[in-house]
Amino acid sequence: MPFSSLSDIQNRLNSGKTTAVEVATLYLERIAAFNDELNAFVHIDPAHVLAQAEASDKYRSEHEARPLEGLPIAVKDIFCTQDGPTQCCSNILKDFHAPYDAHVITKLKEAGAVLVGKTNMDEFAMGSSNETSAFGPCRNPWDTDCIPGGSSGGSAAAVAAALTPAALGTDTGGSIRQPAAVTGITGLKPTYGRVSRRGIIAFASSLDQAGPMARSVKDAAMITAAISGHDSADATSVADAPNIDWLAACEAQNMKGLRIGRPKEYFVDGMDAEVRASVEAALKKCEELGATIVDISLPNTEHAVAAYYVIAPSEASANLSRYDSVRFGHRCEEPDDLLDMYTRSRDEGFGSEVKRRILTGAFALSSGYYDAYYLKAQQVRTLVQQDFIQAFEQVDVIATPTSPIPAFKLGEKTDDPLTMYLSDIFTIAVNLAGLPGLSQPCGFANNLPVGLQWIGPAWREDAILSAAAAYEGATDWSMKAPAAFGGES
Amino acid sequence: MDIDVKKVAMLSRIRLTDEEAAEFGPQLSNILGYVEQLAAVNTEGVAPTAHPHDAAMPLRANIVTNSNRRDELQTPAPKTESGLYVVPKVIE
Repeated sequence: MPFSSLSDIQNRLNSGKTTAVEVATLYLERIAAFNDELNAFVHIDPAHVLAQAEASDKYRSEHEARPLEGLPIAVKDIFCTQDGPTQCCSNILKDFHAPYDAHVITKLKEAGAVLVGKTNMDEFAMGSSNETSAFGPCRNPWDTDCIPGGSSGGSAAAVAAALTPAALGTDTGGSIRQPAAVTGITGLKPTYGRVSRRGIIAFASSLDQAGPMARSVKDAAMITAAISGHDSADATSVADAPNIDWLAACEAQNMKGLRIGRPKEYFVDGMDAEVRASVEAALKKCEELGATIVDISLPNTEHAVAAYYVIAPSEASANLSRYDSVRFGHRCEEPDDLLDMYTRSRDEGFGSEVKRRILTGAFALSSGYYDAYYLKAQQVRTLVQQDFIQAFEQVDVIATPTSPIPAFKLGEKTDDPLTMYLSDIFTIAVNLAGLPGLSQPCGFANNLPVGLQWIGPAWREDAILSAAAAYEGATDWSMKAPAAFGGES
Repeated sequence: MDIDVKKVAMLSRIRLTDEEAAEFGPQLSNILGYVEQLAAVNTEGVAPTAHPHDAAMPLRANIVTNSNRRDELQTPAPKTESGLYVVPKVIE
């Protein structure tokens, strides 16, 4: 049961074999047993979880079940919730209680989900290893000496160790897909503008997007169906986004006629040999399932990381200026004057990586440098996007490795920020272009999970869900779970 | 590239200790040095991306959409008085 998919649990609830309270109790027990070892959750209120589960069972007894009725879903500490603290794993938001729910939280509640708690993350989602969290690092259930990826590392570890059947993450440069890959689960970053950003603590507003982390492709689709849709309170939420049939897309059994692009820039020297071999084997499997593999080129890929590390810090430095210790957030003791209050509160509240990115962004936006950095990066971004538009004239979907390497050891890359940034080379371009991307398990390297990334045209989540569902149905990688936490590896 | 870290920190309203400034200086130079590869990309005539899907900024009717929630919204503030935010004295 603990490693069941969300849709299996839903079937058992629907047939009366179990109740939402039983399901919630099971996962609460697992959290109590394993969270100290993993540090996946940073806030949990068991009484409140059980109260939601009881309310769901009551609702089910009186009405038709809602789409996520009684299903436990954890959320990253970046989502504002009226219940419990929302701290973005930063000392500057220590003990902050949001006065409203994020739009996606409202949507999950309306769909009948049971919100399990807040998961660990890199501070303000700035990191690829969950090591910048003010609440300490989270660990990978496959090897607790290794990182769970980031920034949604807590959500990934919690799902991989079955402390919850599913979770929400956010993805600015790979923060759903990379942790999903290195913990052996499935994660979907929807098309930019598909899911409202209202009430999600902002990092880089033109890149941020929320999405599911789950045990199967269908589970990811179920959750995205529930949280997506236009929100007039988010100016970047797209009003006329094409609708797709999320669940029908997951019924694909084969890949007959599917044209899969294999971009040469994503199979490069320096990537882990076993990662490469796993992804090559996955593509071979896709051919057996009827797909055609087409060699393509995305020539501006090599500039994507550089453009990202101008755009994301620039937007972050603007977004994080709101932490002025006036309306909310940490304020230093006994400030001498207003300037002292700002500078000392922000010094005390932000961790090193957040400061580094604010400073990088402030520099790139400062007088005399804007054109050379920010404007140039936004032009390169357009070129990255055009690469994809041209590629999708030849192919239906693109398949790549999610991360060039499997999970690395805690502390291995903390001394050199640039090396850490380069671990996102295969995920960042998708955010720059605003496209949907999905990572699913496709093998192991050095006994650690490897992720296969699917990239689709804008608004065509159905295309990548279908490809991923067909691959999942033909292999058993998604069934693997870490033995140390009771799974079958 | 040499960066005046203390100046950028002041623009960002972050106090840095000498130790932090010494650590961040080379790191920022390293990051910006990497980013400088962008200069070599030909972007002549390329429009900068604003919204990935070129969506226009929507307008809404200019009407009140929320109720007065001052007390709830001020609850997280470090210091308030009579519905106002309290900060150190600005004008002598």
